[in-house]
Amino acid sequence: MAHHTITLTVNGETEVVTVPAHMTLLEMIREELALTGTKNGCASGECGACTVLFNGEPVNSCMVLAVEADGATVTTVEGLAHDHQLDPLQEAFVESGAVQCGFCTPGMLISSKALLLRAPNPSDDEIREALVGNLCRCTGYVRIVDGVKKAVKIAAQSEE
Amino acid sequence: MVMAQTEKIPDLIGKSVPRIDVREKVTGAAIYADDIQFGKKLLYARVKRSPYPHALIKSIDTSKAEALPGVKAVVTGKDFPNRIGLYLKDKHIFALNRVRFVGEPVVGVAAVSEEIAEQALELIDVEYEVLEAVTDAVYGATPEAPIIHPKLGEYEVPNFIFPQPGTNISNHFKIRKGDTEAAFKECAAVVEKTIRVPHVQHVPIEPHVAIAQMDETGKVTLWASSQSPFAQRNLIAKTLGISQSDMRVIAPYVGGGFGCKAGVTMEAIPVAIATKVPGYPVKFRLTREEEFYTNFVRQGLTIKLKVGCDADGNLLAMENTMYWDGGASTEYGVNITRAGGYSSTGPYDIPNVKTDSLCVYTNHPIGGAYRGFGMSELHAGIGQVMDELANEIGMDKVEFHLKNVVQGGDTLATGMKMHPTGLSKCIEKVADAIEWGKKSPPSAPNKRRGKGIALMWKAPAMPPNPGSSAWVEFAEDGTVVVGVGGQEIGQGAFTVAAQMAAAALGVPMDWVRIAGPLDTQYSPYEWQTVASRLTWSMGNAVKRAAEDARQQILDMVAEAWDENVDDLDIVEGKVVSYKSERDISLKNIVIYGIPKENDQGWIGGPIIGRGKFMPTYVTGLDKETGQGQRAVVHYTTGAQALEVEVDLETGKIDVINAVSAFDMGRAINPDLVHMQMEGGFVQGLSSAIFEEMMLKDGYMQNPSFVDYRIATTTDIPKKMTTIIVEEPQDDGPWGARGVGEHPMVPTIAALANAVYDAVGVRLDGPPYSAERVYMAMLKAGVVK
Repeated sequence: MAHHTITLTVNGETEVVTVPAHMTLLEMIREELALTGTKNGCASGECGACTVLFNGEPVNSCMVLAVEADGATVTTVEGLAHDHQLDPLQEAFVESGAVQCGFCTPGMLISSKALLLRAPNPSDDEIREALVGNLCRCTGYVRIVDGVKKAVKIAAQSEE
Repeated sequence: MVMAQTEKIPDLIGKSVPRIDVREKVTGAAIYADDIQFGKKLLYARVKRSPYPHALIKSIDTSKAEALPGVKAVVTGKDFPNRIGLYLKDKHIFALNRVRFVGEPVVGVAAVSEEIAEQALELIDVEYEVLEAVTDAVYGATPEAPIIHPKLGEYEVPNFIFPQPGTNISNHFKIRKGDTEAAFKECAAVVEKTIRVPHVQHVPIEPHVAIAQMDETGKVTLWASSQSPFAQRNLIAKTLGISQSDMRVIAPYVGGGFGCKAGVTMEAIPVAIATKVPGYPVKFRLTREEEFYTNFVRQGLTIKLKVGCDADGNLLAMENTMYWDGGASTEYGVNITRAGGYSSTGPYDIPNVKTDSLCVYTNHPIGGAYRGFGMSELHAGIGQVMDELANEIGMDKVEFHLKNVVQGGDTLATGMKMHPTGLSKCIEKVADAIEWGKKSPPSAPNKRRGKGIALMWKAPAMPPNPGSSAWVEFAEDGTVVVGVGGQEIGQGAFTVAAQMAAAALGVPMDWVRIAGPLDTQYSPYEWQTVASRLTWSMGNAVKRAAEDARQQILDMVAEAWDENVDDLDIVEGKVVSYKSERDISLKNIVIYGIPKENDQGWIGGPIIGRGKFMPTYVTGLDKETGQGQRAVVHYTTGAQALEVEVDLETGKIDVINAVSAFDMGRAINPDLVHMQMEGGFVQGLSSAIFEEMMLKDGYMQNPSFVDYRIATTTDIPKKMTTIIVEEPQDDGPWGARGVGEHPMVPTIAALANAVYDAVGVRLDGPPYSAERVYMAMLKAGVVK
């Protein structure tokens, strides 16, 4: 089985990993880097639980081979908070009650982060559209959408 | 029994404190079963499954698989001949001699990687003799149908389940109350209707995963995504001949349950394999495809209803025949059938009732517990016939419901007396919020608007005596650790348990921790996290454990201060005396006790409170009439009203407004209750509009998220209102009852009634997909 050694940046840290050719980015993140916040919900690119930021764009990490991440910058849910200070999105998800079982939460947060990076003040419809690939079975989505809106406010307040 | 109404309600009860697990969950720190690291010795299990809905196993050749390098164990049904099952013991961990559904486990393999385990499956040869399959429950109940369980008469079964050996009927629950035949003759209007509710799947975002390891002394540990660690300990240990005390189940956070991780589903498989490879942890996780077609399902229902009322709209009689498609074996199906039976009138007061609720073996996936436990399916029928009957008699639906709903003191169809319930208030509140009787104009000329209302009730469906227990301990700084055996599956059980403990003890909320993950070796016993029973049952145990600890603390301080216990209280983590006005922090004294004056010794010692709860008053019901003193512990009731807009050109339904009101006795944490009502409604809406396991000749046609669609962010109504009604439960903690499952129960009927109001058509059952609605409108001549 062919192995490759790749170098990438994950949550600001440089990682050098040797992976088999067929290993997915999701498997590498969870099993080689032990960053288990990124979840495996379907392994076929349909549920969004494994969403990570890949060079700033949201991707289903189950649909990317680890070797494709050579040289890439990856952010997982563990990379959102800095120095124990939650990201405004995390803070807003806490305050809005956007979390129940929590299994979709990491993917939801990352997809929301990607949205706010490209559209800092999204409309309701933009939020719903951006999260359509992230399935949640607990919350009915209402408070997740509220959470994203609240994050915009929190971010604005902290800049004032 | 203590009347909850007379008790003082502490400030923390009824307060929307934030979830205690939320920070872990937003940072990715929360640990789920698949996140636990097992190191290099970990083996991976895969399962070779039946390719046929019904067949005899003629031979199994595993020799080539066993010879494959990296394969550590290969097991078949012959290795584990004992039967397993929560109620009716009717299945094996691996099929023995016969397969009964597509996907049934036949051979298990453990190997050093998932890839090698998969390769090994390809090398196994199984020879089958294909049998005729039963793929319809109504046919399955007839004498012509092939028998799926010829040994039904030999199976172990509890005394409240009534299988009929020699048939495919695994349970037949009956109610015979009054004289329906005579009563129908008195009716001014009668509605007859058959509704078919298809199989649906639970779809937790976290697939099933379980890891098992046996040590050299024969002790087994199972780590699982589990709603039922204690039931799994009990059932798996018994089936494999292990002492329950040598079987330890560790259950971290569950990434969505909805019933599919209750009882024993796939967890016995890695345990069975692990017994063949001592020392190795064996991990088994379902693929999403397996999650869809091999896992327990919400079983299909065909419900035939006949209901009639007099000229004033008073309900006089109901006949209800339910055929539950229990599937290949009946982990929960037999008890869902029973629950459907004793609740078969819906929340209506009907003097004459005849019910036949039948669980039928078919060659479909196994029927399991699913949020609502049969009630969504039952109410899909009840909610629609009541709507039609009100139309038939020409009465406003809200008025019709208010006239006929159960009230406290009514005698129910089983003979049980109804306790006080806030159902009428729920109806009034949803009618008010949806502006019942007011028609709003559609948003476009090709659209039609309509409103619908539907009611529900549900009792926890359990054996008569499911127990709960809890303990309360302290750390040196006075913080509290609460031991519970009920699981956090997203509903907020840990938060509510902590809140109750804090309230009963008199300490701040942030002093309380829940001892987790659940571990049958250390956690106190809890029957299962099912039936919306934790807030009520586990809540009682937690409250009592906290009160026990509180009493011990007060006794100790009273002795030290030479005061009367009645003058002491615990407020904000301090013991205070209202008499001497002294106070002392809980810090240190809860571990070390209190020194006597002048160094003359000590009083007290480590405080540990304990509490338990078990209902003791549920009685049996007569096999032929379904009559008995008390069928269930209690009913949670509620109502939902929807406004929809139907697109005449496409059949697409938009929900404009959705209002829910439920009576949960006491909302311990109102925000968490609202969250249950919102999430439950959307799950119900998803099942009403999109979801169906398309089973053709026993094969599921749509086992993926692409082909089995669940609601997404773009499908939810723009306006959703949730309303709390509180009619306290006499034996609930501060009056609380559960409300976890209920919010999705009335949704199918509420939607169907709203669609009927909008365009005048009904389907023979969900899903109300655009295509099916359009075809129905075409057939009815609503569109051309």
